[in-house]
Amino acid sequence: MIQVLTGNHSAAYAALLSDVEVVSAYPITPQTQIVEKIAEFVETGKLKAKYVRVESEHSAMAVCVGASSAGARTFTATSSHGLLHMSEMVYWASAARLPIVMPVVCRTLGPPWNIWNEHTDMLLLRDFGWIQFFAESNQEVLDTIIQAYRIAEDERVLIPVMVGLDAFTLSHTSEPVDVPEIESVRKFLPPRTNAPYVFDPSNPFTFGNLAYPSHHMEIKYMHHKAVEDARKVILEVDDEWNKIFCRKYGFLDKFMCEDAKVIILTIGSSAGDAKEAAKVLRKAGIAAGVLRIRVINPFPSKELSNILSNVEAVAVVDRNLSPGNGGILLEKIKSSLYSSKYRPFIKGYLAGLGGRDITVKDYIKIFEKTLEAYKKGETEWFNLNLEMTGS
Amino acid sequence: MLYEIRFHGRGGQGAVTAAELLVKAAVCEGKWGQSFPFFGAERRGAPVTAFARISEEKHFLHSPITEPNIVVVLDRKILDIVDVKSGLKENGTLVINSSKNIPKELLQNFRTYVVDATKIAVSLELSFTGWVIVNTAMLGAIVKAVPIVTPEGIMNAIRNNWAGKVGELNAEAAKRAYEEATIL
Repeated sequence: MIQVLTGNHSAAYAALLSDVEVVSAYPITPQTQIVEKIAEFVETGKLKAKYVRVESEHSAMAVCVGASSAGARTFTATSSHGLLHMSEMVYWASAARLPIVMPVVCRTLGPPWNIWNEHTDMLLLRDFGWIQFFAESNQEVLDTIIQAYRIAEDERVLIPVMVGLDAFTLSHTSEPVDVPEIESVRKFLPPRTNAPYVFDPSNPFTFGNLAYPSHHMEIKYMHHKAVEDARKVILEVDDEWNKIFCRKYGFLDKFMCEDAKVIILTIGSSAGDAKEAAKVLRKAGIAAGVLRIRVINPFPSKELSNILSNVEAVAVVDRNLSPGNGGILLEKIKSSLYSSKYRPFIKGYLAGLGGRDITVKDYIKIFEKTLEAYKKGETEWFNLNLEMTGS
Repeated sequence: MLYEIRFHGRGGQGAVTAAELLVKAAVCEGKWGQSFPFFGAERRGAPVTAFARISEEKHFLHSPITEPNIVVVLDRKILDIVDVKSGLKENGTLVINSSKNIPKELLQNFRTYVVDATKIAVSLELSFTGWVIVNTAMLGAIVKAVPIVTPEGIMNAIRNNWAGKVGELNAEAAKRAYEEATIL
């Protein structure tokens, strides 16, 4: 049924439809509405879950770690400083291979204090061994969270999943969302039963105990491999979702990329405005396209280089900053293309930090500046008088 | 046609709800829409804005509305402190809740509709913690000024949002405002 929902409520409905069993809740702007709505579901009996109010985000994730270790399907949500405050437990969750799912409403880190959108919070935790998605629309928020439980709980994976949604532009924006029937979701996502390593008093073993250097590296290799192996499962789950609900996402959202000569590469809801800009450029005869990366970890390097193999110029728009390094996406994209035979011209843009708007006009400018820079090449004939050359 | 609508009101008057109800009505009539508040900290009584974007076809926009073609003013006194015509497109439409004269500069370049939504709301006893609730009446005036959705569509969206008598009274407010709104 089509409902008009905010991104936050889409996330809450996804938790409801996923029959989550334990929810830990700590408020932070602009995430609070997610756990508020779930509290309403629990209070009215729509969702039969244990709702745990905690005193900090660190405890919110600690509750998830405990409950998930005991075999429960667990959920929490956070944002920005909350994510950083819980970070010790966030690493624990993935290294302990617990299939927790957590939406993160992507918000700028202070100081200066700022509640608006930026992706730095989630990207700082890219190296924490979780699977990470970034959504463009509220529909994708809902669909991805449900998919995420299937991926996380798959025995070949057992890795927690973060789903990023942009502060305000998704979290507080209402738009049409097709909310599936719970019966069909239950067929797609049966209860969590296949957990091979859960607390079981009749079969005791240790969790998170000391591992000597003789074993530690192998355990880390298994963590790494599980994230790598998740690629296959992410696509399988997406295919199955598509068969039932007729929506498919993949690793990359390719918009007018088939014959594109210039591409904007970015993540999150702002990609939609880049798409509208590409439409404008197409009308003016410029082969523009937009490539939105939906899965940041595991990073779709191969898929990316396949698409970029026919592109002349790429604009990477980073709505994040690693001070001293620049855009996190730009660095990752450049390194992932290093082994490709063909490497297109790439220009990086740092834009929209702290919630500054990136409009359709801005994206048109980014397309134009990128093409201009590509045409000039690395060496520019400075103050050249073209008239004198007769051309 | 892409309708981009900006609502001016005061925190607590229901501008955000009005924007969302307009989108709900549009979606029920097969259109695409999105609504969003001003992204920031808001306080009861302070001037606030909310936005709605409605189109026949689905679009990908998530950037803010800076050049609306419709501006809705829930409280006439806001005209004294906020430049409500800022960014409003030429030949755009203003819908103002007022029983008094409207400043001349708002009449010259824009289609300006007025309705005494406060009177309608008071007559239907639509108030909440001492605040007269004018947002549902204003929805009726908006669809009179611009046929984004049908008046029945707006009334149904209101009834779906509030069950029972509250829904009926608010739908009635929209109906009356639809009938009473006039172009200046």
